[in-house]
Amino acid sequence: MSVETRNPGLLFADSDWDFDRLKRTYDAIEDIALGDLGLDVYPNQIEIISSEQMLDAYSSHGMPLMYKHWSFGKRFARDQIRYQKGYQGLAYEIVINSSPCISYLMEENTMTMQTLVMAHACFGHNHFFKNNYLFRQWTDAEGILSYLDFAKKYVAKCEDEYGPAEVETILDSAHALMDQGVFRYARPPRLSEADKLAKAAARADYEQKTFNDIWRTLPNTDEPEDDKEERQQEVRNIKLPEENLLYFIEKASPVLKPWQRELVRIVRNIAQYFYPQKQTKVMNEGCASFVHHYIMNALYDRGLIGEGAMMEFLHSHSAVVFQPEFDDPRYSGINPYALGFSMMQDIRRICEEPTEEDLEWFPEIAGSKDWRSALKTAWAEFRDESFILQYLSPNVMRKMRLFAVEDDAEDTHVEVSAIHDESGFRALRARLAAQYDLGMHEPNIQVVSADLDGDRMLTLKHTMHAGRKLDPKTRDDVLWHVHNLWGFPVKLEEEEA
Amino acid sequence: MNKFHFIDRRKNPKGKSLGNRQRFLRRARAQIKEAVQKSLRDRSVSDLDRGEKISIPAKSTAEPRFRLDPETGRREIVHPGNKEFTTGDRIKKPPKGGGKGRGKDAADSGDSEDEFQFTLTQEEFLDIFFEDLELPNLVKRSLKEIRSTAYRRAGFTVAGSPNNLNLIRTMRNAHGRRLALKRPTTREVNALKERLFELERVFDPSEEEIAEKKALIAKLEEMERRRRWAPFIDPLDVRYNAFEPTPVETTAAVMFCLMDVSGSMGEREKDLAKRFYMLLYLFLKRRYERVEVVFIRHTHHAEEVDEETFFYSRQSGGTVVSTALEKMLEVQKERFPASEWNIYVAQASDGFTQSGDAQRCVEILDQDVMPISQYYAYIEILDERELEVFSDADSGAELWRAYRTFAPKWPNFAQTRIARPQDIFPVFRELFSKDSREAA
Repeated sequence: MSVETRNPGLLFADSDWDFDRLKRTYDAIEDIALGDLGLDVYPNQIEIISSEQMLDAYSSHGMPLMYKHWSFGKRFARDQIRYQKGYQGLAYEIVINSSPCISYLMEENTMTMQTLVMAHACFGHNHFFKNNYLFRQWTDAEGILSYLDFAKKYVAKCEDEYGPAEVETILDSAHALMDQGVFRYARPPRLSEADKLAKAAARADYEQKTFNDIWRTLPNTDEPEDDKEERQQEVRNIKLPEENLLYFIEKASPVLKPWQRELVRIVRNIAQYFYPQKQTKVMNEGCASFVHHYIMNALYDRGLIGEGAMMEFLHSHSAVVFQPEFDDPRYSGINPYALGFSMMQDIRRICEEPTEEDLEWFPEIAGSKDWRSALKTAWAEFRDESFILQYLSPNVMRKMRLFAVEDDAEDTHVEVSAIHDESGFRALRARLAAQYDLGMHEPNIQVVSADLDGDRMLTLKHTMHAGRKLDPKTRDDVLWHVHNLWGFPVKLEEEEA
Repeated sequence: MNKFHFIDRRKNPKGKSLGNRQRFLRRARAQIKEAVQKSLRDRSVSDLDRGEKISIPAKSTAEPRFRLDPETGRREIVHPGNKEFTTGDRIKKPPKGGGKGRGKDAADSGDSEDEFQFTLTQEEFLDIFFEDLELPNLVKRSLKEIRSTAYRRAGFTVAGSPNNLNLIRTMRNAHGRRLALKRPTTREVNALKERLFELERVFDPSEEEIAEKKALIAKLEEMERRRRWAPFIDPLDVRYNAFEPTPVETTAAVMFCLMDVSGSMGEREKDLAKRFYMLLYLFLKRRYERVEVVFIRHTHHAEEVDEETFFYSRQSGGTVVSTALEKMLEVQKERFPASEWNIYVAQASDGFTQSGDAQRCVEILDQDVMPISQYYAYIEILDERELEVFSDADSGAELWRAYRTFAPKWPNFAQTRIARPQDIFPVFRELFSKDSREAA
């Protein structure tokens, strides 16, 4: 401490933060992030919140606005008790893929933690959101906040008009199909296309106008003719099989009313918005961890933070990127922070000090010295699966002592199929990459037929991979939800690919 | 430099997720109620001022998704931290649900909890506990209707007191009137004035300039005249919020709480009685805003006391139960005429009184108290040993036996016993639950 107080160049010398310090520190971080690393970020909006607000944000997918639903209340109640009992700490930050990029900082954090969090979220994640091809193509950072605002108001209005119970049953059923409510291959339309939002608003408006208590007892034939026409045209355009169950139901369900279709669409749009995040956990966290690690070290090297702060940083950094081994009681799978961080550190090493092995495995980047652009390319053009397939080096596999285990449910034994040796590297890398392919552990379910002119039976098909069936514990419950939205019988077939 | 800013959200209104929580509680209502009942078995009333952690079956609020069955098919998983394995090693699977298999579910970290645990606040807890309890026979047939008035919003009016001024309406009217009457705006006037000053400053004005000046002055005067004629706010514009008195029906009810604090009641018994009343008091406060509560405690003489004294002060002495009943009647006659009030009485005692007094109690009850009461609950506080002795409903302490003799005459008389803290909640529910009373 005495060292720090003697050094006037430090940004801060004790652990308290205030807005003035935050601003000065932010500027110093920005200088490194943009000037040295050359990151490209959305404007930042940094919000200081209390732990209760952090719990709030947790419960609604980390979004600042969300419609009301009991499941968010449940999540809040669960996280609250875990937090109070100390089973679970809270994240130091939450960051939202939007423009401006919103980061939440907890008020309990020390100044060092705020520094770390700003480097991690406001520059690491922010750069990733803005540059990664999945986010660029599939999500709309500009439009998400206004869309959520619309969704929240729309759901509230529906609750007023049709009753919370009616709204709840639609949302429950749509939530059950969220994993099957995304386009995986075709690029979805942007949310903010002005006409799209305007249309949703117009739809809401129309319903408001046509809503009239006097007519309440009459059958609800609310859907305007031209809307119906357009929707049926869209249904005709759907080529079966269709992988997006929510999309198909929203367009083709024979029983949903217009407002119910809009609710399904809201859930579907939110599912789609989160889909890239599911596919880039390792990269996103790796990128943010690499950036904060680099920036904190640079701050230290420039004499802007003291040794005390550096020790505190290293302590929490190593906790974040800690990877327990498979036989450790704390082990619960591969830590995306650990894998991402060590792979990205290794890319830098390969660029700067390549070995013989690296020259053979990564001829394009080995020894190029320009690790900044190598990393930026990786961050922009890959997702977890392809990133691992492209960049996982023998060095990282050896250091993490990775090994692949084959597990057949029919067998009484598991078999070690590859380890970190010369003959195993490529297989190991392919296996690990496959593990991050969502298609491998999310069931592949598609609509194969819907007899719209006949008995209106909806037929779904689960295409199995490697003999893995649907879990019967949840299968029938989810099918009930499909039926709830479809209104007519639903059939599920399972078939080996 | 990139643009950025900080926002301090800590002062934002709390309870953003309250709506979600209410939806969640409503969703799991049945399970939560069950859990609340269960948790009450080992709970003392003094704990009522805090929330309660409860568990409900996870299934009731499950959110199912399609998942792959971990028991089927083949998969290959990469783990870190290899020590001695080489390719081709075969390892026996651990027995299900234990050991090293833990890591395998990492990919689908589904919620496998069977129980869902969370905390209810005191408010929520009591709400649920008191949910289907009610004061019996709340409306007296002969009761004169008590009416009170409440003020309700009733649109707008042109007359009112300044504190009811509706600024938005007033300004809107003023704005409309100004537009309709073409009142010159300040900006227009200022523009003219500016031009006029400009002209004034000209040292040697030309003919046109002089003409323009004159025209301007005339126009300005005309404008000023219009502005005076059409003021910014006219008394015509002013609107007030209107309130209208509406009659509100009320049911007037009073609960008399009679408690024996004499020497024969040990600390334990007093504690039990107090806890019972505490619960009763919470119940009334919560469910019936307009119920008056009168606290009477007695030894060999009775006195009306306030809540604080009733629950927290200590006293001791001999026992004459009838004094409490007399006191109660006295207070009732003075302040709660039977024609206007629904009258409830709860009495707690260990059942011992001066010899002969029990008979007197019965007389007072039978002749004076029961005819005017909606409901009378007698709670006998027992020793745990006594509970076994008096397991038969007919045997009991003096007061109990005396009450048994006349009880059948009055359907709105209930008597019950409490021996342990655990009894309080069930007894309370028994006395005030809707169903059991209807059956009785």
